Amino acid sequence: MARIVAGVGTSHTPAIGAAVDNGKAGQPYWQPLFEGYEPAKQWMAKTAPDVLIIVYNDHVNAFDFKMIPTFALGCAEEFPIADEGWGPRPVPAVKGYPELAAHLIQSLVLDEFDMTIVNEMQVDHGLTVPLTLLFGSPQQWPCRVIPLAVNVVQYPAPTGRRCYQLGQAIRRAVQSWPEDLKVVIFGTGGMSHQIQGPRAGLTNPAFDKAFLDDLSRDPERLTRIPPIEYLREAGAEAIELVMWLMMRGALGPKVEEIYRFYHIPASSTAVGHIILESR
Amino acid sequence: MVADKPYEDIPGTWIFDAERARAGYHLNQFLYTLMKEENRKAFRADERAYLAKFKISEAQREAVLKRDWNRLLELGAVVYALAKLAFTDGRSYQYMASQMTGMSEKEYVDMMLNGGRSPDGWRSKSERGRH
Ligand SMILES: [Fe+2]
Repeated sequence: MARIVAGVGTSHTPAIGAAVDNGKAGQPYWQPLFEGYEPAKQWMAKTAPDVLIIVYNDHVNAFDFKMIPTFALGCAEEFPIADEGWGPRPVPAVKGYPELAAHLIQSLVLDEFDMTIVNEMQVDHGLTVPLTLLFGSPQQWPCRVIPLAVNVVQYPAPTGRRCYQLGQAIRRAVQSWPEDLKVVIFGTGGMSHQIQGPRAGLTNPAFDKAFLDDLSRDPERLTRIPPIEYLREAGAEAIELVMWLMMRGALGPKVEEIYRFYHIPASSTAVGHIILESR
Repeated sequence: MVADKPYEDIPGTWIFDAERARAGYHLNQFLYTLMKEENRKAFRADERAYLAKFKISEAQREAVLKRDWNRLLELGAVVYALAKLAFTDGRSYQYMASQMTGMSEKEYVDMMLNGGRSPDGWRSKSERGRH
């Protein structure tokens, strides 16, 4: 059967992708960040998953304002790289897993999670920057990817609790797939950051540290954080952290923290990263 | 009218909610077109003519022409769509954010290198008023 063996939480700041694409990764501004992801890359190479489920949000690239799905699952064979306004990132297209995605849809909807089915979709930095951070710059991405896009653009985003519950349902769905597959799930975005208005540049390391700690110690506490608390305490765009709770929900009750890294800044963002193995 | 908006109390912030989304619909759809290079070219060539194709308000049009970023947020632009205007100008998220704070890009980068802006004094409008 298929198993979710681990979860990865990581920021997905577009400037990180741009730094790699423009050959700036070795510069003093960026070097500490990429160094911090080195152990994570090694862990990923050793873990060698067959499939990734990447929980991320689209930033007005795949979806304009005609339709804003709350939970959208990518069921396509392949996902092209979006041109977000400065040309598409020079990274390989993302290969999907339509058979497993179809199974997830059926299982999740019958489990009472009303997913949106997406058969054609471009993917943006929300999905590609985490791939770059964990795999570097290969000719092809080494595994298949099922994108799960969450609306965090128009208020309200789904609650942290709802995301956590959907994560639990994803675990059930993956375990009912007969093929022997190693699956790793990503929760992306965050951590504390605000990129709009006179309050832009806000960070909250204490909030972020407590969040990282409680992913293994007390995830239930995290599911009770109301939307207003993310906005007020950690910045308007920190609401992306609800996507980390979907990742956590998919790991089962017990996890072991394997690695964490925290760094300010990447552009306007407090960058956080964690690896949790399911126990 | 949506009654419960606790986030309106956060200073220096425009949360993109259902009402702003409605007011900003055509503005955001205009910004979305800037994802295509041919549209970016057409916009750069004649901004007024390009904007005339969209059902946006006079105030929204003026704010686009002036790159009045905060006013655009107030008038219903969402920051991720607005970024496409910055990219069309050859600018970055970081530049746009610095403009919104009234800092130079250098001052903004220095603030971030020093750990960013503390939430202290920025949690609510009443707390902000005391600073
Ligand atoms: Fe994001």
